[in-house]
Amino acid sequence: MTDLTASSVQSADAAPTRSRFPVHIAVFLAPALVIYSLFSIYPLFDTIRLSLYAGDETGARSFVGLQNFHTLLTDPNWSGQFWNAFQNNLIFFLIHMVVQNGIGLGLAMLLSLPRLTGGSVYRTLIFLPTMLSVVIIGFIWQLILNPLWGIAPSLLKAVGLGSLFGPWLGQESTALLTVSLISVWQFVGIPMMLIYAALLNIPDDLIDAATVDGAGPFSVFWFVRLPLILPTLGVVSILTFVANFNAFDLIYAIKGALAGPNFSTDILGTFFYRTFFGFQLQVGSPTMGAAVATAMLVIILIGVLIYLFGVQRRLQRHSF
Amino acid sequence: MTVRPGRIAVHIALILYTILALGPILLILINAFKTRRAIFADPLGLPNGQTFTTIGFDRVFANSDFGLYFLNSLTVTVVSLVLIVLIGAMAAWALTEYRFRGNTLIGLYLAVGIMVPIRLGSVSILRMMVELDLVNTLTALILVYVAQGLPLAILILGEFIQQIPKDLRDAARCDGVSEYRIFGSIILPLISPAIATVAVFTMVPVWNDLWFPLILAPGDGKQTITLGVQQFIGQYVTDWNAVLASLTLAVAPVLVLYLLFSRYLVRGLTAGAVK
Repeated sequence: MTDLTASSVQSADAAPTRSRFPVHIAVFLAPALVIYSLFSIYPLFDTIRLSLYAGDETGARSFVGLQNFHTLLTDPNWSGQFWNAFQNNLIFFLIHMVVQNGIGLGLAMLLSLPRLTGGSVYRTLIFLPTMLSVVIIGFIWQLILNPLWGIAPSLLKAVGLGSLFGPWLGQESTALLTVSLISVWQFVGIPMMLIYAALLNIPDDLIDAATVDGAGPFSVFWFVRLPLILPTLGVVSILTFVANFNAFDLIYAIKGALAGPNFSTDILGTFFYRTFFGFQLQVGSPTMGAAVATAMLVIILIGVLIYLFGVQRRLQRHSF
Repeated sequence: MTVRPGRIAVHIALILYTILALGPILLILINAFKTRRAIFADPLGLPNGQTFTTIGFDRVFANSDFGLYFLNSLTVTVVSLVLIVLIGAMAAWALTEYRFRGNTLIGLYLAVGIMVPIRLGSVSILRMMVELDLVNTLTALILVYVAQGLPLAILILGEFIQQIPKDLRDAARCDGVSEYRIFGSIILPLISPAIATVAVFTMVPVWNDLWFPLILAPGDGKQTITLGVQQFIGQYVTDWNAVLASLTLAVAPVLVLYLLFSRYLVRGLTAGAVK
């Protein structure tokens, strides 16, 4: 769609490019491109650049190539923490994939049942925790699970499970699982909504046809609905992956920057924060922080690329 | 129409999950209005004549700048949202309406920000803000949040603009109306329904964010409410009344807004997901 008015008013000095880029398009695009480039893309590239430098006490920086990454992956002072954070992050992600997306799928299936009364009320209420700040949610659960208040043990006792209670957030063996489940509890609404929308898009004819052919509810789910919502499950998975490998707020609110007990809830986000700003006796290092951020960027990019080229291409999109 | 037993089971399951989702939040809200003794003696009970107190709220207001933090959050969120919608709509309009060299490339360039979290550039963002002398200002937060929100907003608004019938703008062009006026007086008013969707995806993360306030504006009375609550609770951990009251104050505005606008938000979310 060419625009005659704009290109005709273009003066000679406004057309330095050979193809005479229309001024009004540039005006529409410029604010977004400038802000986005300056405060999003440039910092990402600058972080990658910084990760190749080392700074000393005077603030002088010198180019050290991949030295920081070598330190991060092999130096005993760093690699243990890095791999611990990576492993915890992986567990954090897997718990979300199985529990959060599993429950989300289940709720979406129930909510998409035809002629369900009160469906929108359930959806609105179940989605509510997702709208609240992760920090607030963290504190709320910390209070509820606090043995001092005793509300969690007395509720468990009421259903006959009193013996199961322990200081879950304080024990090394259960802290990561507990924190993950708190996050799952908060964000179940997102997969629920996305999958619900996808299920609604499946035409009734397809399901009716399968039912007429003698398929039971289980076969309809497994052979008709599930394959049709696979692209949405792919989107949900990659959203979960990016959000989880970028998480920070919940752990920081509940366990502080040290991600205790004994780093058992440390994930890459908290590790990045400690490296960048320092903690206790260790001084923060912008360049090592940049190296950790770059490592996280690589991990996230690998995930996104696996999704784009490995998963999304194989999943046929159906349009009705 | 008879109710089948299967349906009852479905409702029981959904009700149980709804209780699980809301219970913890309600628990905080009711205990914030109770005396310390009642909080521990009867955590599940509603406040009554004997146990009702607002002492926690009094302490929160006496010992922190809650009003100020709230105002900071409000300023940052509203200004960011307005800029994201306006700037995002301009870019979305340019990318969907005009065919020009580099259109696809710019579209892809902007899409990078949907998947790559801007948080990972924090080291450089902080350096830049120090150089620009913007540390501990709301401006720093707004700039970062606009950059963070634009990619998704452009995607959503672009899809929305595509659905606007072409007749209107073509008629305007025949009348010699400038491209700027077509955007300003025809397109902008028409995209207002899409703003609800953009708001879900940009406003909520901005209001709730802890990371950037912690790094870029942790002091000088520029704390947002999320950071303010985090710092306040860090100081008053053992004062249960004050902790519960501060949590309630942080939750209440979001709760009220959500219940008022949930219909639009939920519709926006499911509509956006279909694409």
